[in-house]
Amino acid sequence: MKYLLQIYPDASRDAFERLSADERQAIVEEYAAIGQLPEVIGGEQLQPIETATTVRVRDGRMLLTDGPFVDAKEHLGGYGVVEVNDLDAALEIAARIPAARMGGAVEVRPLVER
Amino acid sequence: MQEAFAKAAQRWPRDGQPPNPGAWLTITARNHAIDCLRRDRTLAEKTRLLDVPEAVEDEKDEMDAPSFRDERLELIFTCCHPSLAPEAQVALTLRALGGLTTEEIARAFLVSDETMKRRLSRAKRKIRDAGIPFRVPAEHVLPERLAAVLAVVYLIYNEGYAGRFDLASEALRLGTALAELMPDEPEVHGLMALMLLDDARRDARFADGELVLLSDQDRSRWDEAKLARGRGALDRAFALHGRGVYVVQAAIASLHTEEPRDWAQIAGLYGELFHLTGSAIVELNRAIAVAEVEGAGQGLVLVDAIDLDGYQYFHSTRADLLRRLGRANEARTEYARALELARTEPERQFLERRLEEVRT
Repeated sequence: MKYLLQIYPDASRDAFERLSADERQAIVEEYAAIGQLPEVIGGEQLQPIETATTVRVRDGRMLLTDGPFVDAKEHLGGYGVVEVNDLDAALEIAARIPAARMGGAVEVRPLVER
Repeated sequence: MQEAFAKAAQRWPRDGQPPNPGAWLTITARNHAIDCLRRDRTLAEKTRLLDVPEAVEDEKDEMDAPSFRDERLELIFTCCHPSLAPEAQVALTLRALGGLTTEEIARAFLVSDETMKRRLSRAKRKIRDAGIPFRVPAEHVLPERLAAVLAVVYLIYNEGYAGRFDLASEALRLGTALAELMPDEPEVHGLMALMLLDDARRDARFADGELVLLSDQDRSRWDEAKLARGRGALDRAFALHGRGVYVVQAAIASLHTEEPRDWAQIAGLYGELFHLTGSAIVELNRAIAVAEVEGAGQGLVLVDAIDLDGYQYFHSTRADLLRRLGRANEARTEYARALELARTEPERQFLERRLEEVRT
């Protein structure tokens, strides 16, 4: 089964900011290591929310707004796609993502497989 | 987890269970429903295990014991998977392992049949669509998964005491099955002990519809056989070096059945329980025990340090301690506050009587 892991880092970035340069590098390497797992078949980090543009098409017209779709406190920071046997395996990978233990959260949802 | 302790810790020594509404439904062991489980291991088949038929023909009494037991354990861990909402876990467990009908479960939780039907369908769909595995969890996650299962069973037991339906017996049945299936888990025996020790005193809790305090209970109405089984389960838990939340609560419950009560040990155990849970309600009960050892004054000092304003038993406890200290006016205020918050008739009557006593 394939799952999308949506990574929502802590909005306040407190935990991250309090880290030393070395510790931050360790986190970066942790993400890289997770990305190398055989079960992880895709994933990227997203640029900050300020770079987002939202597109809607209404009555044939393209409507653009500056910023994210949802005006929430937390925004998507990155994603991963995993292929595993069951939910527990996906959850285990999700739990290893640094954002999950640093005040953020990871949403795990199965993909529709065609 | 906090909720469960709230309900558990509050019961000692305060006994506030409304009487059962009557045995309008006899729960017969529906384990033969589980007999019909398929042995096929594909996930689609496994989720159909939860489609326990409403009307079950008692086709066979003998079961293929080893694989039957495997299925039950896997089934209960599936039903109690943490990715399901708690009320869904409870409903699924009662449906799939208890063999209760959807209507029975709906009645027990005071929701419409439709609501419960939808709740169960949604949960089953999630198990299937999200890929919840049909498996006893791996070693490294087993402790927390088992905690989730025990919490569900204990929740069912406590709902039984809400008086809406005799779910307590169902919980005992589930606990017994768990103890058979996981005999080396101390917390499983701890939970069994806790439920049995509480259940043994059920008949003594009320006299003429009135609430009877533990110390005033007619001990001849205690079920000695259940007490013995409870103590036996506790011994088994200790032998397995159990010292978790259920074992500690059961130890407290066991001490409460002894006369005279070893309040110092009870206070110590509540302290241990507080370390495990951080629950303010546990601390409240510790204060009550300390009051018995060191006097109402010391108990009040501890109670005043707790922030549980708006919690019925916080106010009734303060009231009781103030009453014992001769501070009648303050006691009256607190009894009145507790009365405002009381939710059941026996509790209301009990508090009204206390209020009267303090007036004179």
